[in-house]
Amino acid sequence: MEIARHWRLKQQRYGLVGEVCPHCDVKIFPPRDVCPECGGEAKTLYTFSGKGEVYSYTTIYEAPAGYDETAPYTVALVKLEEGPLVTAQLTDVDEESVQIGMPVEMVTRKLRQDGDERGMLVYGYKFRKST
Amino acid sequence: MTTPSPKNTSLLRPARPVGFTGYGAYVPRYRLPAKEIARIWTGGKGGTPIKEKAVPGLDEDVVTMSIEAARNALARAGIHAHQLRAVWVGSESHPYAVKPTSTIVAEAIGAVPNVQAGDWEFACKAGTEAIVAAMGMVGSGMADYAMAIGMDTAQGKPGDALEYTAAAGGAAYIIGPAEDSVAVIQASYSYVTDTPDFWRREHQKYPEHGVRFTGEPAYFHHITSAGQTLMEAMGTTPKDYKWAVFHQPNTKFPQRVASQLGFSPEQIEPGLLVTTIGNTYSGSSIIGLTAILDIAQPGDRILLVSFGSGAGSDAFDLLVTEEITERQGKARSTQDYISRRVEIDYAEYVRMRGKITMK
Ligand SMILES: [Zn+2]
Repeated sequence: MEIARHWRLKQQRYGLVGEVCPHCDVKIFPPRDVCPECGGEAKTLYTFSGKGEVYSYTTIYEAPAGYDETAPYTVALVKLEEGPLVTAQLTDVDEESVQIGMPVEMVTRKLRQDGDERGMLVYGYKFRKST
Repeated sequence: MTTPSPKNTSLLRPARPVGFTGYGAYVPRYRLPAKEIARIWTGGKGGTPIKEKAVPGLDEDVVTMSIEAARNALARAGIHAHQLRAVWVGSESHPYAVKPTSTIVAEAIGAVPNVQAGDWEFACKAGTEAIVAAMGMVGSGMADYAMAIGMDTAQGKPGDALEYTAAAGGAAYIIGPAEDSVAVIQASYSYVTDTPDFWRREHQKYPEHGVRFTGEPAYFHHITSAGQTLMEAMGTTPKDYKWAVFHQPNTKFPQRVASQLGFSPEQIEPGLLVTTIGNTYSGSSIIGLTAILDIAQPGDRILLVSFGSGAGSDAFDLLVTEEITERQGKARSTQDYISRRVEIDYAEYVRMRGKITMK
């Protein structure tokens, strides 16, 4: 059971909410309260546009526990238009159509259930091909 | 005591005029053709009630679909989610038996914590019931904006008649002041009785229907009563409306009820989506309305009548404003969602809808 962790991460997971550095305007995801560029304190919340492109990707056939019902699926490193790279599942795509540089947009989807069918549902960001 | 005639107490009209500030649709991309269901259960013999239905992906449910429709509605409204004082989700397929869909949706769109949240149930009219409540909330002046969603991932028992049509999709509406609306709600009227046409008991996966009750005493009686009473009270006839949209459990019912009320096939055509996406239950009539709003022009008058089993209908008289033109293109259109279509077969459908037990 990881209920506390799911609860703590909900805002960044549901809506791609990160931070922006008040000193140098760098956009930060995931939020870490310290700017990776200037080292200053960065706690101002920033909601990303959700737009980006595929930087690299791989298809998972042997999925870890909790994700096996949706395997096979494609995981990508997505470069957000604001700068940061995030790792996320691609959804609503056919594996053969995925390409490096493909424009994608964030959607909030069901990631998995915590444990069995009695556990809580975990929702979060994924990316789909944008049109 | 004499029973007052419904006509004396009919219209709902808030003190402060209200309307739809924004609207947004969602339809998942998978389609199961009805002839594929017929191939499995009837050897392909007999007619089918629609062409195909929308099926949710493995990672979709009423929460995720509501979030996307809500984001589309916010984009069209041009307001911040913090301005919403209610996020209400009407559905008969909430993912949790206990734990609100609406709190997850409100959190995801950024509307928390100063907000009402709640899940509504009234078969296929849970969404329009929430719209009426939002009219009261905004119309009283307590709130400037309230969001009402109708969304479902409907399931029919394998082989049952409902399996051909039970589909996924819906719409979100932001109710706000009339002066900030794409369509003013001029009035609404609801007609409700206790009618045993369709039900699902607790812990049952699939619904039951009282076959003799589904047509005349339920669907047709409630929609015509609500529609006629609203038009009489407004002093209108079908000719006064550019468009009309009715609950759509299949293609024939809305066509027939439109003709009973005096509407032409042209008036219902743009909102009649059931043929290509299926019956989206709580989303059915209101996603039809999104397709109309996508093409509507200032001055168009629209009649919307929902139907929910059990049973009741909510009828709305809408007048499209100048604001529509600028807001239509601010989010993906309903026809865009319908045309991003990936056909699946019955085996893929069975996997996607969780009809296989893996352990
Ligand atoms: Zn910095």
